[in-house]
Amino acid sequence: MLRIDQATYDAIVEHAKRDHPVEACGMVVGPIGSDRPERLIEMVNAAGSPTFYEYDSTDLFQLYRQMDERDEEPVVIYHSHSATEAYPSVTDINLASEPGAHYVLVSTREHGNNPGPVEFRSYRIIDGVVTEEEVTVAGTRADAVAPAEESS
Amino acid sequence: MAIEVRIPTILRTYTGGEKAVDAEGASLSALIDSLEANHPGIKDRLVEDKDGSIELRRFVNVYINDEDVRFIGSLDAELSDGDQVVILPAVAGGQ
Repeated sequence: MLRIDQATYDAIVEHAKRDHPVEACGMVVGPIGSDRPERLIEMVNAAGSPTFYEYDSTDLFQLYRQMDERDEEPVVIYHSHSATEAYPSVTDINLASEPGAHYVLVSTREHGNNPGPVEFRSYRIIDGVVTEEEVTVAGTRADAVAPAEESS
Repeated sequence: MAIEVRIPTILRTYTGGEKAVDAEGASLSALIDSLEANHPGIKDRLVEDKDGSIELRRFVNVYINDEDVRFIGSLDAELSDGDQVVILPAVAGGQ
């Protein structure tokens, strides 16, 4: 299960909406071993693409060095899908390289840059195996608001 | 003197859980061969055969003293004693 506070949850959703239709990406890092997503870091999508994301290699290096200095690790690795559901693609699965992290997918396909619910789902991706997990926001179940409403 | 290589979580299965290991080599390709000698299997995760030539895998980043090796010769990048090498898998994906 992913536990995440409301402010961080909202910030991820806001980032995804702001960057739509480009895929937004970032991390929430926390103290090593804590499983607590405490510090949100928005990353630039160096691919600038609606169908692909990649951290710039220099940004990636700086990020990992900073985590190292602060005894932190990736707790949440998030990105958005702007035209498809919030489920890891084959590419996402093949490139997932942090077995200890929660992979969060946000889909902005329903409302784009506009207000409205988004799909916000979390997964473990280990050795190519995807396992969805519950998301708990600030002590309340997020499931009630997470799935996007079906539109005609 | 050896060169310290920082190993990412995903590749620590090859280093017995070690976060950093020592290796040797005057170039990145020699360093990777040295890594492979002590940690069999790791080379295949770093490089691939592309039309007969060995290249760094697209989604593997290697840095020598903070610099992405793609800007300094990739596998031909030169190494000296005391350099620090960091390996990081790309954080990437797509729908």
